[in-house]
Amino acid sequence: MIYFKSDNIVSPLGFSTKETTDLVLVGETGIKEIFDKDLYPEPFPASMIDEEKLETEFIKVATRYSSTKKFTKLEKMLIISVDDALSATDVDITSKRTAIILSTTKGNIDLLGNVYDYDKDRVSLWKLGEVIASFFSNPNTPVVISNACISGVLAINTAAMLIDSQQYDDVVVTGGDIVSRFVVSGFMSFLSLSTKPCKPFDANRDGLSLGEAAATIIMGNKPGNISPSLVFAGGSSANDANHISGPSRTGEGSYIAIQKAMDEAKINAKMIDHISAHGTATPYNDEMESIAIDRHGMTHVPVNSIKGNLGHTLGAAGIVESAILLEEMKRNILIDTTGYIEHGVSKPIAVIKESAKKELVNCLKMASGFGGSNAAMIISKIVE
Amino acid sequence: MTSGGLKIESYCFIRNNKVILNGELIFEDADAVSLKQIAKSVYRSIKPSYAKFFKMDDISKLGFLTAEVLLKDIDTESYDYEDVAIILSNSDSTLITDSNHQSTINDNDNFFPSPSVFVYTLPNIMIGEISIRHALKGENSFFIVENFNADIIVNHINKLFLTNKAKAAVGGWVNYSESGYDAFLYFASPQGETSHTPVEINKIYNKSL
Repeated sequence: MIYFKSDNIVSPLGFSTKETTDLVLVGETGIKEIFDKDLYPEPFPASMIDEEKLETEFIKVATRYSSTKKFTKLEKMLIISVDDALSATDVDITSKRTAIILSTTKGNIDLLGNVYDYDKDRVSLWKLGEVIASFFSNPNTPVVISNACISGVLAINTAAMLIDSQQYDDVVVTGGDIVSRFVVSGFMSFLSLSTKPCKPFDANRDGLSLGEAAATIIMGNKPGNISPSLVFAGGSSANDANHISGPSRTGEGSYIAIQKAMDEAKINAKMIDHISAHGTATPYNDEMESIAIDRHGMTHVPVNSIKGNLGHTLGAAGIVESAILLEEMKRNILIDTTGYIEHGVSKPIAVIKESAKKELVNCLKMASGFGGSNAAMIISKIVE
Repeated sequence: MTSGGLKIESYCFIRNNKVILNGELIFEDADAVSLKQIAKSVYRSIKPSYAKFFKMDDISKLGFLTAEVLLKDIDTESYDYEDVAIILSNSDSTLITDSNHQSTINDNDNFFPSPSVFVYTLPNIMIGEISIRHALKGENSFFIVENFNADIIVNHINKLFLTNKAKAAVGGWVNYSESGYDAFLYFASPQGETSHTPVEINKIYNKSL
């Protein structure tokens, strides 16, 4: 068995999973109008971490670790996240039997061209992994995954593989991305950013909102302090083999990834209690996901997206959303989809409009991204 | 960790202006001074007649061409399309393309980001291009490590095989930075003589060419 032992979310809504989930549950959003010419020449909506709060929290952690080194914004977010997740477990991050997996799309990309503050290789993704591993004195080569917007779910799937093949006893999966000029300008050029906070699965959705976050999930081969236990039951990825910047019209890759994840979990679609969708609120993504869900006969299964609360946090998204899904399973609640008012996808999937109580045993996490990439992961509750 | 029965069926390099398939030199352009040039001459030599090639960024072209040579004589259609994984790695992600995108956004008065450049600022786009070309819908992952690391790729593929998530895989390393390019792809399947282990993959990767 592969157990979920502990987790954390560092987001504009809070610096723990509990704080963030409590505010997501009441429909709060971190998405605000941003006026910052260093990020984009015109105002745009995004969910951004407060720098002063980040600094205050980081100094506390750095002091405890007697660290006086200089760190980037993203590194500080990741360090706070890993530290908080570790505090709720007895996992020894300095052990050779503990691996670190880092999920990110662009890492410290804001350092590109900045030759003054850091060494040149600080912009490299492997270096970001090394900085985090070194802060926590982890002796292993960090595994860095950069696979567009499915990176986070892939990182969790990969952690399960490393534990199941007995390469490690515990894996600290952490991920993060920031709202940078690089990414904002890129998505703007694609015309895929909404001018208002995004509206997943809604009839009036017109694009995504960017967000920044770091999140951590610690997994291991022995139960942690969570009762009843939540375990990784199955995970997979698949490619649409169709288009590099748009999803398949038939939901092909997503459909395959879900099927393979269910096969590994030895469950069928009827046994899924809840789906945490990718739900970016772009017209094509949400439509594609509704088709994949429909093809599996799961239109009755309650589905949500929390992108209306935290935006699209890219490499963090899969970990942030899995941490919230774990929280829903612990509390037996279904969280509503902020921004969803009028059904706007072709299949009659059960997008959650109002939060509700429900006993959750098997839940599905979906993710899709550029490059035709799709991933799925199933979390199960061990009911005695 | 056991290879679980997977073998190294075939491997291909594009390195030092040479294309090498299973140890044999199949093409060389000694005069090429850049990745752009060697990509162009390899394309002319193998003639895939694939218009999408010309839209790709340089590192995707490198990965695409290496896969083109590697898979030419492999019957990928004998597998179900969702059973062939593509698990790649490199050190510098898409840093050269990132710099190209950055140069279009440095100046607020001369601001012209392009979606056709931006989409290539993700390393797994190369996996997407290879998937489209060869109609492969299996598992994907792109790992970033400082130096070539056979353990991560080989163990990942072997685990996919042992858990029935893949029956074959394209694995390897495709890197491009200011200091040069290096592509090494291989096909792991139940066919072949050499066991799919980190030791064997390191032996092949470290052959001086």
